Amino acid sequence: MTDPGPVRPLPAPSFRGTPPFPEAARRALADDQLRTNLRRATMTIRTKRQRAVDERADWEALRVAGAAIKDDVLARLPELLVELESNVTAAGGVVHWARDAAEANRIVADLVRAAGASEVVKVKSMVTQEIELNDALARAGIAAWETDLAELIVQLGDDLPSHILVPAIHRNRSEIRDIFRRAMGGAGRPAPAGLSDEPRALAEAARLHLREKFLRARVAISGANFAVAETGTVMVVESEGNGRMCLTLPEVLITVMGIEKVVPAWRDLEVFLQLLPRSSTAERMNPYTSMWTGVTPGDGPRAFHLVLLDNGRTDTLSDRTGRQALRCIKCSACLNVCPVYERTGGRAYGSPYPGPIGAILTPQLRGIARHPVDAQTASLPYASSLCGACFDVCPVRIDIPEVLIHLRGQVVRQHGWRARIGSDEALLMAGLGATFRSPRRLAAAERGAGLAGRLIARGGRIGRWPAPGMLGRWLRFRDLRAPARRSFRAWWRSTGSGEGQGQ
Amino acid sequence: MTNSPATEHDPAREAILDAIRRAFPDPGPVEIPREYEPAGASVRSLAEIVDRFAERVAEYRATVLRTTHDGLSRTIAARLAERGLRRLVVPAGLPLEWLTDAAVERVRDEPTLSHADLDATDAVITGCAIAIAETGTIILDAGPDQGRRALSLLPDDHLCVVRADQVVDGVPDALARIDPRRPLTWISGPSATSDIELDRVEGVHGPRNLTVLIVGG
Repeated sequence: MTDPGPVRPLPAPSFRGTPPFPEAARRALADDQLRTNLRRATMTIRTKRQRAVDERADWEALRVAGAAIKDDVLARLPELLVELESNVTAAGGVVHWARDAAEANRIVADLVRAAGASEVVKVKSMVTQEIELNDALARAGIAAWETDLAELIVQLGDDLPSHILVPAIHRNRSEIRDIFRRAMGGAGRPAPAGLSDEPRALAEAARLHLREKFLRARVAISGANFAVAETGTVMVVESEGNGRMCLTLPEVLITVMGIEKVVPAWRDLEVFLQLLPRSSTAERMNPYTSMWTGVTPGDGPRAFHLVLLDNGRTDTLSDRTGRQALRCIKCSACLNVCPVYERTGGRAYGSPYPGPIGAILTPQLRGIARHPVDAQTASLPYASSLCGACFDVCPVRIDIPEVLIHLRGQVVRQHGWRARIGSDEALLMAGLGATFRSPRRLAAAERGAGLAGRLIARGGRIGRWPAPGMLGRWLRFRDLRAPARRSFRAWWRSTGSGEGQGQ
Repeated sequence: MTNSPATEHDPAREAILDAIRRAFPDPGPVEIPREYEPAGASVRSLAEIVDRFAERVAEYRATVLRTTHDGLSRTIAARLAERGLRRLVVPAGLPLEWLTDAAVERVRDEPTLSHADLDATDAVITGCAIAIAETGTIILDAGPDQGRRALSLLPDDHLCVVRADQVVDGVPDALARIDPRRPLTWISGPSATSDIELDRVEGVHGPRNLTVLIVGG
């Protein structure tokens, strides 16, 4: 084993400072390479997922059960968390509670220090990205090494993740080779000389680079896919074996999990172990799943710490419509089918949770139910065409379009139209409101629309027309059917039916 | 590791539990419809189940070898020779007759091998707790013929012996038969990644070569 020398934490970029979605999206759309990489990757995984899902005749029943189990969890969260705590403790683990990111980061940093370590190896975990743990550890002088291949690519590239399952989906093979050549040496074992851009060679380079880190690490940090209340069992699914390395070799294991990840019973895993791999990597089963209950003498870590994190989850829970977002099992199927995500990529969402699920989860975790949010967060519920493909593929039946519309309502109530959307939509909505409130104004508007339609429409349609503001922008890409010459209300009055029984 | 009794008075714990109760004050009971195929629903014969298992494991690009109780030792020896494997990690409770014909150095985990020692071996041979046909999965539970988890992780070749009577048809069948309190590793093919352009590559950190030896069936 070579002496690692002094360990220096790598920089940990943050999503803070991402502009509101429309602006971030415009920048992403200008990047042809990004769009090519994304189109190819999402098309591949979409086709594979469909095949994997079609194999199960009972897929719909599994989805219904998965959604119901998660709803049951949300309804019984206090008792389930206490049960989980007591079973983990009985099996030799230690449970910690963290109200927010700062508290969780402090707990983890203290545990790493108490173990006398200045570095940790990490299993890919969404929740530790959410709390920006790597940055907090770096500030405490602790180097956190990401060990998932895609996370490694992101970390060495001083980059931000753009997909839940494949955080480096925005990078193609030659970009990855360049990052490895440039940055591996600064973090440990350098890339082999003459490294090619063959995926196999790149995977081999990652294996060699990380193996020495696995063998010397004394502390590992993971997230959790599920934790079973009735047994205290915690579970991580993965593909590469980096998870097994982290969960098995170090002396101390620290797992950070959102409080919504608990499931009531061991048996419930029969649902999620069928839903998750097929939705996520589009496989019958992912290569490796590890499950552990506390500590086992002579096998694996000698100390196990479980950090239960709130960080906005109870705020999310307080919203009757929005709370279904907490069912999410982080499979990323909704990203892969989303026409918006496919074109903008994940970083435009300004959060480790991109795509449709990010558009409903991020604003809620940031407290939209309780207080006005910043402009970037407020723009997220609008990052969707509401096509509904996300709901169709969601393994736990989260009605993402429903929550998007609900959150748009919250944004409007909190910020007013003017602040949110810009003056022309605000003006339009105010005008529509005034018109619909008065039968007289509505009748006048209908007459006006009929007349305007006759003047502008060609062949019954209004096409590209240089109208001012939003209407003109809208018509650049869409045709509008010409308004009827006579409105329904005018016709109804002319029949004289308006005065009778209406039969 | 002992837990501090102070947990009960942890202000963060109380605050979170309180916040949950305030957020969702009067949840009604939730009914869970389980209309999916349950454990024990399979109508396949054991022979069909084992065939299905063999087929699905092979689809992950693992090597599947079928043999009999009497032929196992020779099959293992041939596979080790074919792969050129010399230093073989042997869990403490592995049936010795499995290795009668193997001409390799046996590395036992008694006294406990260091991680560096394990990393310097070529291969490991284990049994398993149970296997799932539908998903081509083997489940290790650190039983005597498998040893602690690190044994089947660091060597680059993993040979896993599966008896026909250990194979169940579906995921629910397997969960009903394993003990959650043991450390469990579910293995479906060799380690793999799709992180580069979603192109599947077998072999990253875990054993890059998985050989599943099915006995009987």
